[in-house]
Amino acid sequence: MSGRGPFGRLDWITVILYAFLVFIGWINIYSTSVGEVSTSIFDFSTLYGKQLFFIGLAALGIIFVLFVESQFFERFASIFYIVSIILLLGLFVFGKTIAGATSWYDLGFFNLQPSELAKVATSLALAKFLSDIQTDIRTRKHQIYALVIILLPALLILPQPDPGSSLIYFSLFFVLFREGFPIYYLGILIFAIVLFATTLMFGTVWVTIGLIILTLLIYTFKRASVKIPILPVVGVIVVSILFSLSVNFVFENVFEQRHRDRFSLWLSLEKDEEKLDEIRKTIGYNTYQSEKAIESGGFTGKGFMEGTRTKGDFVPEQHTDYIFSSVGEEWGFLGTSAVILLFSLFFLRLIYIAERQKSDFSRMYGYGVISILVFHYFINIGMVIGLLPTIGVPLPFFSYGGSGLIFFTMLLFIFLKLDSNRLKDGI
Amino acid sequence: MKKLLLSSIIVLIGFTFIGRLSYLQLFRFSPDQILDDPAIKKVYDYPERGYIYDRDGKLLVGNQPAYDVMVIPREVKPLDTLEFCGLLGIDKLEFLSKMEKARIYSPRLPSVLVPQLSKEDYARLQEKMRHFTGFYIQKRSLRYYNTKSAANVLGYISEVNEWDLKNNPYYVAGELKGRTGIEKQYEEILRGRKGVKHIQKDRFNRDIGPYKDGKLDTLPKQGKEIHITLDKTLQEYGEKLMHGKRGGIVAIEPKSGEILAMISGPTYDPALLVGRERSKNYSKLHYDTISKPTWDRSILAQPSPGSPFKTLNALVGLQEGVIDTQTKFRCYHGFYVGNTLRGCHCGGGIRDLNSGIYQSCNAYFAGVFRKIFDKYETTDKGMDMWEKHMKSFGLGDFLGTDLPTGAPGRIPDVAYYDKWYGDGRWAASTIISNSIGQGEIAATPLQLANMTAAIANRGYFYTPHIIKSIGDNGKIDPKYTEPRYTTIDRKHFEPVIEGMANVYNYGTARWVKIPGIDIAGKTGTVENYIRIDGERMQLTDHSVFVAFAPIENPQIALAVYIENGYYGSRYAGHIASLLIEKYIKGEITRKDLEKRMLEKTLEHEYAKPYSGEPFEINEYEW
Repeated sequence: MSGRGPFGRLDWITVILYAFLVFIGWINIYSTSVGEVSTSIFDFSTLYGKQLFFIGLAALGIIFVLFVESQFFERFASIFYIVSIILLLGLFVFGKTIAGATSWYDLGFFNLQPSELAKVATSLALAKFLSDIQTDIRTRKHQIYALVIILLPALLILPQPDPGSSLIYFSLFFVLFREGFPIYYLGILIFAIVLFATTLMFGTVWVTIGLIILTLLIYTFKRASVKIPILPVVGVIVVSILFSLSVNFVFENVFEQRHRDRFSLWLSLEKDEEKLDEIRKTIGYNTYQSEKAIESGGFTGKGFMEGTRTKGDFVPEQHTDYIFSSVGEEWGFLGTSAVILLFSLFFLRLIYIAERQKSDFSRMYGYGVISILVFHYFINIGMVIGLLPTIGVPLPFFSYGGSGLIFFTMLLFIFLKLDSNRLKDGI
Repeated sequence: MKKLLLSSIIVLIGFTFIGRLSYLQLFRFSPDQILDDPAIKKVYDYPERGYIYDRDGKLLVGNQPAYDVMVIPREVKPLDTLEFCGLLGIDKLEFLSKMEKARIYSPRLPSVLVPQLSKEDYARLQEKMRHFTGFYIQKRSLRYYNTKSAANVLGYISEVNEWDLKNNPYYVAGELKGRTGIEKQYEEILRGRKGVKHIQKDRFNRDIGPYKDGKLDTLPKQGKEIHITLDKTLQEYGEKLMHGKRGGIVAIEPKSGEILAMISGPTYDPALLVGRERSKNYSKLHYDTISKPTWDRSILAQPSPGSPFKTLNALVGLQEGVIDTQTKFRCYHGFYVGNTLRGCHCGGGIRDLNSGIYQSCNAYFAGVFRKIFDKYETTDKGMDMWEKHMKSFGLGDFLGTDLPTGAPGRIPDVAYYDKWYGDGRWAASTIISNSIGQGEIAATPLQLANMTAAIANRGYFYTPHIIKSIGDNGKIDPKYTEPRYTTIDRKHFEPVIEGMANVYNYGTARWVKIPGIDIAGKTGTVENYIRIDGERMQLTDHSVFVAFAPIENPQIALAVYIENGYYGSRYAGHIASLLIEKYIKGEITRKDLEKRMLEKTLEHEYAKPYSGEPFEINEYEW
């Protein structure tokens, strides 16, 4: 109605940041997959050629999204959600198995990964549910509804098995936190993770001692006016100790050796050089190789197409989940920190956009988009640089893969479309 | 709070990532990481090892090709095992176990199946090789010896071990390195420098092209050839003469300090330590602890020098002014230390410098020795002076040669005797044995030869060395071309040399004169003992001889030391005279003497202490 067309109020800063990320990603895919014989970049038999094709498809997707009325997404959110649940269920019957995971529909020219579609649909559905005038997130009943919306697709994806994608849905809790879901749940979660890790590293005895010292410190340095009742504190400590005890039990008896090895590697539990070497060659191979590749890049990197480990194909899955290691090896610290900076600016810009929405639906959907993207970014890079255990999720806009790129793009541009219409919503 | 939650988390993640990345890429990064980058394979291009020639340009050591049969287990196709084993000269069981070993090492990488085929085996195999897929022949270079002599001087090369790899980053497992002798001393010159090519690999170890288009690659640098000072003819002749005898011979050119021959008996053919039989032969040589062929007696044996040492005592006496050429001592078929008579074989009577030397009179030199010490108010001062003079002849310490091994010998000093007898509890008469070259003195044949060279030069010597020239420009270490002066004045040498000349004219070696060559020499007969099962036994005396010739403008100075050869002129003197004749005249006129020396062995002497029976020593049988 403003007469400025579908591109009129698009947030160009975000679009430019997006274009940068896709471009840098493609450059690195090109470097990892280019062979001895140089062919045209449009050679669709190569990975970089295919990725270029997917980028084209994503561009078509953007145009499609921008021409659709923005109310369409809000109105059909529930339908999308139901369709994607059905598609996820259908995988159990018609799914195509690639690399051990039954996560794809074979469409002939293209393998569709419905879990990617479900990320968009779930974000929309959650936003729609929360923005409903009758929903009050402070009530237990609506909290449970929200949890069901989030966890249903996660549960369907888990047995594919694709724990990485499944985990991504938990990021939508940030939408809930934004909308008034009590933040201390997050605190409890973080506290539990810290307890888990420290118990594995130092043992229950030291964790107990640490907890008691921490408590005493708090009591010593608190302002006299602040009263902290003794009993709940003791309760927290007791529960913590019990949890800590159960950690060892779970670790030794419930986990399998491959899980234990991942944690051993992550927390540097294994000190025996020989066993460490063994782990590096087996379960920790990917992480070890990618860390080494990044390390060998140094400050300035080896230069575009000069990465020896990249070229030698030493890092497995380098064009998909481990694409960031190629940035590290060939572009060095300058390259990696530039990418981190670019992502951070991109996310902060999206938060800024989300906060300026007048429509609750738009804001909540925006938060869903940001949470999902940040979670991918955090887990992927954390894994590639050896901070997190191995969890297979792609790096948004960077990693090779059609479904990933197209649905991340759709996810983002639906939000940008909603944003471009924010003034009309106010009327 | 809830609006800032996600933003703060994003910023926090960003800082964490940057922190981790700076740890990885800035702190842990090191620029020479390329050395252990699994993605880069180094392929070496080895230059040929330098040749070794003798002083006249005759080839001593060259290279020969050898052929290793290699196998890549994964590529092996079914084959006629029997035929293949026949061609390789191994049996089927050995073949199978070697194949298994290669497969365990790596199915993908080449292993050596049969090392170092001979040229003949290679010729037979080469035609048939194409029938055996997965096998190929790799050429490598081995040492070739153009002589059967000088094994200990030339030394040998062998594969580097873990110690080498740890201590010298140049070497890579499987490479060869000089272990002893010249091969060790001049390793870096002979070896040259290998060229390196960097090849980019993938994780399956497949080559995918040169790394950085070969920008880091280097070309091999050829090893240099060297000329050594040995005279091939003299060396080979000397080793023949040493047949069946133990001992060492060193011949030096006095005017340059160049070592003309360095012979140790028994010796071995250097070619034994090359090729397939190498390790078997090495064990055989190395574990022969009785005759010790790998122990170079010419530079490692340190017997008492015996009578040749008398010449130095005479020189010290003259230099200190305690005797002149006319000073006389009476020999009572020996001399008294206190009330004990110490024997002498010279025949007795009045002895002066000249006859003292040529009759090798013990009494005369005991007298000289006492006089040297009487000049000083304390024995300690006398001893210090005596030690200083002796050491100036290169005795009692390493000479500083370019041989990778050696022995210092011994010139005793004040501290030595203070420890042995107690402070102030010894005097010249206590250590009188030193006057005749017995007692506590010890010297290697090399040191004796060098001492003789110093006498031949009338007062100085050049540090003995084996290198003559290196590569094209030929420069060698300047320390080998600077004279080292003894503490004895030039004028004192003539009377001593006259005495040494008379050794041939009327003295202890009058039977070994060479017609037409004036020789100065000195015999030595050295008592020696060994301990078997805790019992001290005297063995037949060592035969020692030092000589130089011609007396005017000396061309050769040598020391011959023959274990248990009895008196000085019996073996050592004869061998020395033959060597001198060979070197100066180029041929031997005394064929019967030559024949006797070539044929006579001392094996019966060496067997005596191990026979378990009581035995006679110093038997005269000729």
